[in-house]
Amino acid sequence: MRHIISLLMENESGALSRVSGLFSARGYNIESLTVAPTEDPTLSRMTIVTSGSDEIIEQIIKQLNKLIDVVKVLDLNDGRFIERELMIVKVKANAQYRDEMKRMCDIFRGRIIDVSDSSFTIEITGSSSKLDAYIESIDEAAILETVRTGASGIGRGDRILKV
Amino acid sequence: MGSNYISGAEIVIRCLHEEKVKFVFGYPGGAVLNIYDAVFQQNKFKHVLVRHEQAAVHAADAYSRSTGKVGVALVTSGPGATNAVTGIATAYMDSIPMVIISGQVPTYAIGQDAFQECDTVGITRPCVKHNFLVKDIKDIASTMKKAFYVAASGRPGPVLVDIPKDITAEKYEFSYPKTVHLRSYNPIIKGHSGQIKKALLLLLDAKRPMVYSGGGVVLGDASNQLTKFVRTLGSPITSTLMGLGGFPASDKQFLGMLGMHGTYEANMAMQECDVLLAVGARFDDRVIGNPEHFLSKPKTIIHIDIDPSSISKRVKIDVPIVGDVISVLTELNDLLSKEKIKQNASLKPWFKEIDQWRSTNCLNFKNDKKLIKPQFVIQTLHKITKGDAFITSDVGQHQMWAAQYYPFDKPRRWINSGGLGTMGVGLPYAMGTQLAHPDAKVACVTGEASIQMCIQELSTCKQFHLPIKIINLNNRYMGMVRQWQEFFYGNRYAESYMEALPDFVKLAESYGHVGMKIEKPSDVEPALKEAFSSKLKERLVFMDFITDQKENVFPMVPNGKGLSEMIIAEDL
Repeated sequence: MRHIISLLMENESGALSRVSGLFSARGYNIESLTVAPTEDPTLSRMTIVTSGSDEIIEQIIKQLNKLIDVVKVLDLNDGRFIERELMIVKVKANAQYRDEMKRMCDIFRGRIIDVSDSSFTIEITGSSSKLDAYIESIDEAAILETVRTGASGIGRGDRILKV
Repeated sequence: MGSNYISGAEIVIRCLHEEKVKFVFGYPGGAVLNIYDAVFQQNKFKHVLVRHEQAAVHAADAYSRSTGKVGVALVTSGPGATNAVTGIATAYMDSIPMVIISGQVPTYAIGQDAFQECDTVGITRPCVKHNFLVKDIKDIASTMKKAFYVAASGRPGPVLVDIPKDITAEKYEFSYPKTVHLRSYNPIIKGHSGQIKKALLLLLDAKRPMVYSGGGVVLGDASNQLTKFVRTLGSPITSTLMGLGGFPASDKQFLGMLGMHGTYEANMAMQECDVLLAVGARFDDRVIGNPEHFLSKPKTIIHIDIDPSSISKRVKIDVPIVGDVISVLTELNDLLSKEKIKQNASLKPWFKEIDQWRSTNCLNFKNDKKLIKPQFVIQTLHKITKGDAFITSDVGQHQMWAAQYYPFDKPRRWINSGGLGTMGVGLPYAMGTQLAHPDAKVACVTGEASIQMCIQELSTCKQFHLPIKIINLNNRYMGMVRQWQEFFYGNRYAESYMEALPDFVKLAESYGHVGMKIEKPSDVEPALKEAFSSKLKERLVFMDFITDQKENVFPMVPNGKGLSEMIIAEDL
């Protein structure tokens, strides 16, 4: 099953490679990994999307907690949470595609952030599965380039990950 | 700059003094010259110059294994650090507390492919508990404090501190922190009382209880608590390779070592028990074999371990107790003394069954009049040293024979590489052990293949007058490799034959030691007696025992099989 794991870690050089190294050394999957400093500059927040059986996820959480630089780990799937990912996609917008691409962008509540004679650059946010759905909905031949941030997640309501 | 400003190198040394370090094992080089200059100008710890950095780390590791203190090694940048990696990985796999200080090229040269530069922190990251690159002289003292704290607390392990050369030349005020706090690192010490109570009730209720103790009991100095608990409970107990000595081997409740080369009775009792208490052990592949087969006989498993990630890693645990073994066992003992239990009369049928397994006498072997049996050498070693020596070993058949035929009644007497299985550790392990225990008998049980992996350390032994007794079980084969090739590869002995062996007697003598070659069974005991006699008390004795080439280690659980699927010697 797909899990989104959030963690807070010391914002120190090498911290990211400790986490990515752990995943490769123990053979765990990483679907995506994002990291950036928090409002407290000494802390980084990381969101890791992974998949595995309950036993594997339990081991991943334990192994992450074992890293000396990791301050807190939370499996967002243990409760209700919100997931968002940003995708920037450049699509063909010549005469053949122009209307269609504008319409699909609206349907997925994206925004056109750059325009040329032959292309649109569109930003779309949502869950990773929504972004997948957008890609599947448009003509593959119309896609020129995509870039995705990987998912970020946060617990709903009073579920707070903080030191 | 105030007068109390000292160099970064001197700060490193002062930190080691604050930590009351007695020995530093190391090898100098360009990036650590400033540190070595500071080593030269102090006399609070002794520096032990090895002949290869790998041996420095192994020796520091054995110093730790035999004393419980943090071992310290000092190496230079680049090749110094990469040579140390095998030693670090060895210590990591067996959770040995160590601090390794490595020199690094100057901060301004990092990343420039400078002479003797390598990404030491990157290379060692997967095989250390934690590591640091110190980029500012202000951080040396606090980093060293953290390194010692992290290495020794929780589940112990090696910590590396990488220090660029320019930092060791700068000057700064020395102040060693009294305490250390890491918001991201808070090992759990005390076990959950509810779980402990539940565990005890399960054990008291069991008809076929079994205790399985591991290296954690030795590392956690919990032997007395474990022994008290198991004796009161009255259950049988087995131990992993790493746990030997954690419970007295001469006690009748002890069933011997378990696992791939464990005793028949230990493995059968593990398989057939109804409630299993695992203490500081990790259910690894060499111990329980195939996990599905292990669980095919239903049992309730209680697991005490300080590392939560050890719990339910290979085998699902019913009652996990995260905590320091000594604290949890003390609580179990307190509870047990309050419970008014009958002295386990109900365990009689269980022990009757165990006695039947015991009667297979699985460690029996046929002595020979002409060929020296390796098992006989170990048994004789036990007799001559009255079972009271520190035994280090290398890796292979001789290691298993030492574990099987030299019963340990005390912890920290059996020094070997269990997890990583590093050939070459035996001699440097003996060095670290002998330095820590100058008056003790220290024997290194090895083979002609393993000993050649760190043979250069005979020179270190000469320099530091280490009276180690080397028991070289010379079968002219990489014995364990040959055994697997015999069993599983149709007797095709691919590259497992040791050709062009040196004359070990002359080799030992050339290093200034005593060499002996023993070729007849009748000479084994006299030779060992002589080696351990007062006449040779001050000398290293290299005993080259020419043993039966084809002897195999039994019992054996073939790789991937279950514990009750052992091959016993008579089966063949």
